[in-house]
Amino acid sequence: MSKIIDGLFYSESHEWVKLEDGIAVIGITDFAQKSMGSIVYVDMPDEDDEVSRNEEFGAVESVKAASDLYAPVSGTVMEHNGELEDDPGLLNRDPYAGWIIKVRMSDPAETSELMDSAAYAEFLARQE
Amino acid sequence: METYRRTCLYDSHVASGASMSPFGGFMMPIQYSDIISEHNAVRQHCGMFDVSHMGEISVSGPEASWLVDHIFTNDASGLSPGHIRYGMMLYPDGGVVDDLLVYRMAADGQYLLVVNAANIGKDYEWILSAASGHDVKVEDLSGQYGQIALQGPESEETAGKVLGFELSDLVFYTFKEVDFEGDRVIASRSGYTGEDGFEFYSSPEVTRKLWSSLLSAKVTPCGLGCRDTLRFEAGLPLYGHELGKDISPLEAGLGVFVRTDKPDFIGRQAVMALKEKGLARKLVGITLDDKAIPRAGYPVEHDGCMIGEVTTGYNSISTGKSVCMAFVDARYADIGTAVDIRIRKRVFPGKVCRKRFYDRKYRKQL
Repeated sequence: MSKIIDGLFYSESHEWVKLEDGIAVIGITDFAQKSMGSIVYVDMPDEDDEVSRNEEFGAVESVKAASDLYAPVSGTVMEHNGELEDDPGLLNRDPYAGWIIKVRMSDPAETSELMDSAAYAEFLARQE
Repeated sequence: METYRRTCLYDSHVASGASMSPFGGFMMPIQYSDIISEHNAVRQHCGMFDVSHMGEISVSGPEASWLVDHIFTNDASGLSPGHIRYGMMLYPDGGVVDDLLVYRMAADGQYLLVVNAANIGKDYEWILSAASGHDVKVEDLSGQYGQIALQGPESEETAGKVLGFELSDLVFYTFKEVDFEGDRVIASRSGYTGEDGFEFYSSPEVTRKLWSSLLSAKVTPCGLGCRDTLRFEAGLPLYGHELGKDISPLEAGLGVFVRTDKPDFIGRQAVMALKEKGLARKLVGITLDDKAIPRAGYPVEHDGCMIGEVTTGYNSISTGKSVCMAFVDARYADIGTAVDIRIRKRVFPGKVCRKRFYDRKYRKQL
């Protein structure tokens, strides 16, 4: 069973969003890291880059394959997680602590299009 | 729906919880635990692979030596029994039908050709048509053989302890028959990982017994995932990536296995013509400054112009560096040349380097 945390928002492409004072903290879910296997590189946008909802903003790479990351919300990148540059395996060990980017949202209403934890649990159940 | 073939060890893979994916027409184990730990097991201790998907084609009869020399780029008839040679079969235009190992069996004039799984049917037809009108027997024995590769520095010791095989008298690219509980096994000192190791050919039933003995002895089962990372680091080509029908072995840097001093073999004229003309592209190694991973198909650039394409790339498990093999315009193939690789939206700088990222540890002398 993949771990899901209450209070976060989830996308169908298995990113999670945590809201902190209008800032969206974005990472990948436990389900995503498990299906990737050992993560060896994270391609992240830089500060001030723009990201758009449902558009690719980077990638997570395992030994075997690259998986694109899709922005669950639109906005401006405030920061990427520099820790992942030296320790991409953090996404495997603790995917909900290992955030990838923080985004200043341009349209906070976009979170209403994401799933809550219960809806994501149901979504996963249909996938498995 | 496409159906995939299963090797004689399929049930064991599924029972072990391996993740299975199609490869070369077979449903094969890609990994048992994870690619990195399986890779390291082979580099540091030993690991075992089910390579029963590989094809075995027997060539025998009075004109067997003639036929093998006619289709094979390397010297076959000069092989002593118990010896193996690597080489290719070429089309008349110099492209590669397949790369393969030729085993000279003890029986006079009999050879066993070990070919890639995806190419078994094509190779068999190719050899049959070359044999037409000659006194030679070509048989596809792929279904009669299972194959296990035991690879890594502890392979000889493990094969002795667990299987009772005494293999210290074999050097790299030689083989002999050994006995396992009364059954015949062909044991060769060979492999596809850059490490010392062995490949065991036996009936499906005996293959299952060997595999379960090795499993019981806690030998690490390894999937095709790390087979690829291992062969890649050792600079070994994979058909469909570094070799193919539109690639000359000269371009792939495998000219040493193409014996143009032999009077004739299919494709020889094309090889001679290319040697005369010079190569327009070459297979090189490229090492990147960043850890972004160059993967097959990504463009290689110089000053914003495309000069080639990646064939295989990884973040090397043994060195931690992001490296790849790529075909590039021969003008940019010198070691040290600065090139860029386009990975998704960005361009990453790198340098041309040797395409062997890990020094092979073959046992070439007793």
